[in-house]
Parts: sequence; structure tokens; C-alpha cells
Amino acid sequence: MPEQVIESFEVERLRILNEKGEADSSLMPSFSPDEIKKMYGLLVLSRIFDERALSLQGEGRLGTYASFRGQEASQVGSALAFDPSDWIFPSYRESAVFISRGYPLDRLYQFWSGDERGMRVPDGLNILPISIPVSTHILHATGAAMAAKIKKEKTAAAAYFGDGATSKGDFHEGLNFAGVYNAPVVFICQNNQWAISLPRERQTASRTIAQKALAYGFAGIQVDGNDVFAVYKATKDALEKAKEGGGPTLIECYTYRMGHHTTADDSTRYRIAEEVESWKEKDPILRLARYMEKNGLLNEESKKSIAEEAGKKIDEAVSGAESMPPPDLEEMFTYTYHSLSHRERKEMREISDGPG
Amino acid sequence: MAQVNMVQSLNQTLAEEMERDPNVVVLGEDVGKNGGVFRVTNGLYEKFGPERVMDTPLAEAGIVGTAIGMALYGLKPVAEIQFMGFIYSAIDQIFSHAARMRTRSRGRYRCPIVVRTPYGGGIKAIELHSESTEALFCHMPGVKVVVPSGPATAKGLLTSALREEDPVVFLEPTRLYRMIREEVPEGEYALPLAKARIVKEGKDVTIISWGSMLQRTVKAAEQYDAEIIDLMTLSPFDEETIFASVKKTGRVIIVHEAARTCGLGAEIAATIAEEAILYLRAPVMRVTGYDVVMPFPKLEDYYLPEETRMAKKIEEILRY
Ligand SMILES: Cc1ncc(C[n+]2csc(CCOP(=O)(O)OP(=O)(O)O)c2C)c(N)n1
Ligand SMILES: [Mg+2]
Repeated sequence: MPEQVIESFEVERLRILNEKGEADSSLMPSFSPDEIKKMYGLLVLSRIFDERALSLQGEGRLGTYASFRGQEASQVGSALAFDPSDWIFPSYRESAVFISRGYPLDRLYQFWSGDERGMRVPDGLNILPISIPVSTHILHATGAAMAAKIKKEKTAAAAYFGDGATSKGDFHEGLNFAGVYNAPVVFICQNNQWAISLPRERQTASRTIAQKALAYGFAGIQVDGNDVFAVYKATKDALEKAKEGGGPTLIECYTYRMGHHTTADDSTRYRIAEEVESWKEKDPILRLARYMEKNGLLNEESKKSIAEEAGKKIDEAVSGAESMPPPDLEEMFTYTYHSLSHRERKEMREISDGPG
Repeated sequence: MAQVNMVQSLNQTLAEEMERDPNVVVLGEDVGKNGGVFRVTNGLYEKFGPERVMDTPLAEAGIVGTAIGMALYGLKPVAEIQFMGFIYSAIDQIFSHAARMRTRSRGRYRCPIVVRTPYGGGIKAIELHSESTEALFCHMPGVKVVVPSGPATAKGLLTSALREEDPVVFLEPTRLYRMIREEVPEGEYALPLAKARIVKEGKDVTIISWGSMLQRTVKAAEQYDAEIIDLMTLSPFDEETIFASVKKTGRVIIVHEAARTCGLGAEIAATIAEEAILYLRAPVMRVTGYDVVMPFPKLEDYYLPEETRMAKKIEEILRY
């Protein structure tokens, strides 16, 4: 018998909006002008949130901070596609996902200032505290999706993670379980081309991250992560498919980390300025602004007022965060268990006798 | 002799051992071009090339698991785990394989890897960057656990760890990386493992400590006639030095930043109770972290033992 091809694959890349701000109308989801303005508003708010966080960190008013500059469309575009009942499992670089879901901005700053009360997710908001260990939370999204299916509820779960996260076993286990149980989960990889100092080509020998889904028996798609329309559409489609019993999807948002890994990092040690420079023209906000200007949805004046309004919100959030009273010492013990252990009670007495 | 900090000392030690022994290779996340997030491997990539200094994909089990394979094949791998809080997925490899390869193969194979990782609090970091879970590793037979307390011990202990026949978990107190500068012996300098060091002699109380707590202990005890022991190798630990000191002082305080319950202090106290209790004039006491998840920066200073808490304990034990 001659050799046969028993399986073959293709990996698609989705882009709707090009760098000049021209949209492909055949692919364009139907957005109302207000929906597009909302997207733009969130992109701008996220950008200003991020810029302010960096400057506060520089002044010693925040702790180590992970900037998501350049990834706004990958985060806002995907976050807006969810229903409020869907569950999101984020990592540390997804502040714009939190912002898009309506997470209180002051709490985000509070968290990054080193106060864990900032990660007390408001009731009714289905998002988990950020996962600091890379990749490990991907399994949780799969498990939550499996639970939704067992309970016959029409909700989906999603995990956000980076390109680096795809190297850990947890990623592969999470995808494999999702495939085996046909779980309603969407895996959203923020491929920002770097994992601290390791470039994407050195993270995996495969050409795309999207194709990794194929080995687990479901679809993977690469989207232009700086195109907010494409990210929205890919996520929306994946969520619909998941909720209709079509199983999981891996979405690779192809984007770029414009800043250092965190404020503790110096990226000039390992990447060249020209590379960063070349991504400036691909800026996600610039691109949407160009589209909106062409379509009469934005002008110099409205641009200015949107930025001013966002700036005001950020000012309020910063002063809100900074006027929170410091945590009580008891806070340290309260949440270890459902109720305090005998030993914890003793330790708490020791500590409330004063430090030392 | 030059004054250097702990990062420089570890860096020089790695470079020197790599010069001496072509089998020594370094692998981990960001250890190459970036020189490690704390710069402990700075310059090694330029000096020894990508085959001996490997920037690995992001995968802790992968790093330690492949290090085990390299060791079996005759290399001497030094694996870096970026922070101790991320070592847990590699524990399977360390416990299920590295620790028992010698036993499993009845001595035919050995697994002399070194797993280096920054550990401990006091650097105002985000979650899981301040872990101090050394006792987990001490509990596992077949693994040695080593902790330097300054630039000089860092050199001496790392040199020995790199020449060990068995797997070593080498914990580097993050808070000390750039805090202390001191003279470090030039050229070959090895401190034997499983030997503690008397930092200061004294008659009234023995204080046993290690890592970043040692420096605070020394400060806290300034006003007292305390004998201070830097344990350095946590497993297997140096019982002889401890017993000799207990016989002299009759009082013992153990200081560690890890949570109290099942911390290494418990094992030391039990060992003293079994073999030297009749020399004691007071109960063995502990100053430790609390039995809670290590808090964020805003509360970190209350969690970590500091000088006042230690001095209070010294006063308490001296009342016996
Ligand atoms: C399990 C684990 N290992 C190591 C780290 C340290 N670390 C934090 S972020 C990071 C790189 C992550 O890269 P990627 O997944 O691409 O996400 P990005 O930071 O680019 O958003 C590393 C190594 C960690 N947080 N968790
Ligand atoms: Mg990345």
C-alpha cells in the first residue's frame, strides 16, 4: 500500500482592520457607532491606566508593575466578546481585561501597590484574581468549562496567558482535557513575542502557537492582535461555538509587548530598539482611531475629550487607591482558612501586641 | 581581596567552576543574554556560549527534568528556577527522580544536579516571589539543602555544591543579593556541606538561624552574650555543632522566616529534645513567620521576623 496522508491541517490568520485603518467589510462584525466608540474609549482608558501605573511606579507609589502597552486591542477586543456570565481566568498582564469588564480601577491600583485587598473581586463579576505562576491557571478554565457543561449551563470559560506559558505542561494538559471533554473554553494566548528575554522563536519550534490546538483535536486561529475588530470577532465566534457544544478554541493574538517585561526589567539588554520601533506604526489605538476618523466617528475634538474623560477617571482611581486605609494586621490571618486555627489565634495575639 | 556582593560572588563562583570543569552547564529562564533576572549568571553566556548557558523555554519541570538527563549523561547541570515560588512543578522531578536515582539504581546512577533559586521575603515583591519553603526539600531524603548568608559563604557553599555527588537545592536569600558587601576569598574556596558555622561565640543562649534571617539575628543579639550559629546546610544539618553549643548555653532559639508549623525549627527542636534535653535550662523557642500565606508588601514587615521580635524572645528565654 502506498503511503497515505491521513491528516493535514491549515492554520488561519484573521485580520479585519489594516494599519491604515481600512476594514474588510466582508469580515466586519456589525457594530453600532456607539459600540465602536465604547471600544475606543476602553482602549484609551486602558492606555492611560497603564501609563499612569508606570509613572506611579517610578515615583515609588506602586510596586513592580507589568505594562500591557501594545496589547490593548488583544485584551479589550476579547474581553468585550464575553457575556457577563462567562468566567475569565487571567494572568498578570491583563489589566485591560479587568478594565473592560468593569473592574474598579482603584482596586487595580491598590493591588499593584502591594495590597492584596485589591484582588477582592466584586460580587457578580466573573473574573478570578490574577495568576502569578505562569500557565498554571489554564487548567482552571478548562475545569470551570467542564463544570458548566456538567451543570448544563450555557456559559463558557476563558484563560488568558502569554506565549511563554505555552511551554509549560499545564498548557498542554489544559488543552488536552478541553479537547477530550469537549469543554466550552476559549484559550486566549497573548503572543507578545517575548517571555521576559526569550523571543517567541526560542520558546517553541513550531511556526505558530495557534497550531498547537490541532494536536489536541480542536481549532486554533491566529488573529492580528492589534486589530480590535478581529480579536473581538475571533473571540465571539469561539464563544458561540463553545456554547453550542462545538468545544474549545485556541486564539493566538499576535501582538507585541511595547514595554519592558515589568518595571524590574531592562529590555535593552536583550532586544533591539528597531524592533520596538517597527511596532509603533502597528499601534492598536492608532489603527482604530484612523478607522473612526475615516468613518466620521472621531475628530480632533472628540479625541481630546475622550482622553480627558479617561484621565479624570484615572485621577479618581489613583486618589481612591491612595486614600484607602492600610490593612489591619488581622488581615494576614483572616483568609487562611474558613475559620482561624487555634495556632493562628495565638499568633494573632502575639502580633497584635505590636510589631516585635 | 575584593569587596563584593552576593550576586557578584555567585557569578564569579559559577564562572570559575565553569572554567575548571567543562561539564558544568547552566540552564534556566532568562539566564543567558539577560544574565538572569537578578544577574547571577551575567556574562556567562558571552563567555561560555549558548551550549553551556541555555536560555530554556518557560517550564520548570522541563528545566529540572532535562537537567537530570544531562547529569545522567555525565554533565554537571546547574538549573536556575527564577523564584522559589515557581519550583513546585519541578518538585515532581526533584522528589520522584533526582532524590532517588541513586537508591533506585542501587548506586549505579547518581544525579548530581544543582538547583539554584532565589528565596525568601523582604523585597516587597508580588505574590509567590517571597516564598520560604525550604522545609519541603529538607523533608525529602536524597536531596541536600544549602543556604548561604552572605557573599563569602555563597562562594564557599556553591563551590561545594557544584562538586557534590548528590542533588543540591541551593537557596539564595533574595533580600541579601545586594545588601551585604564583604571580602570573599579569591581562587578556590570551598566550605564543606553539612557543617554549620559559629558566627559569634557566647555563653547565655544559642541562636540558630540561616539565610537572610542570620543578619537580623546578629543585630538583634548585639546586646546579649549569645552564641549564633549559621546552619548553612539545612539538610543534612550539623547536629554536632548544635549540641556542643547547647551544652554550653542551655538555651536555644531558632529563627526562620518560613511559617512555624513543620518549619525546619521543629526538626531542630525535636533533635535537641531527643539528644540534649538534659542540658536545657529553658524550653526551646522559635521566632518564625506566621502560619499564613506570605502576605503582600503592605503586611510583609509584620510577617517577617525582625530585630524587636527576636530581642523579645531573647529576653524571654533569659528569664529562665
Ligand atoms: C511558573 C512560572 N515560572 C516563572 C515565572 C517568572 N516569570 C514571570 S513572567 C515570565 C515570562 C512570561 O512570558 P509570557 O508567558 O510570554 O507572558 P508575558 O509576560 O509576555 O505576558 C516569567 C518567566 C512565573 N511567574 N511563573
Ligand atoms: Mg509573552
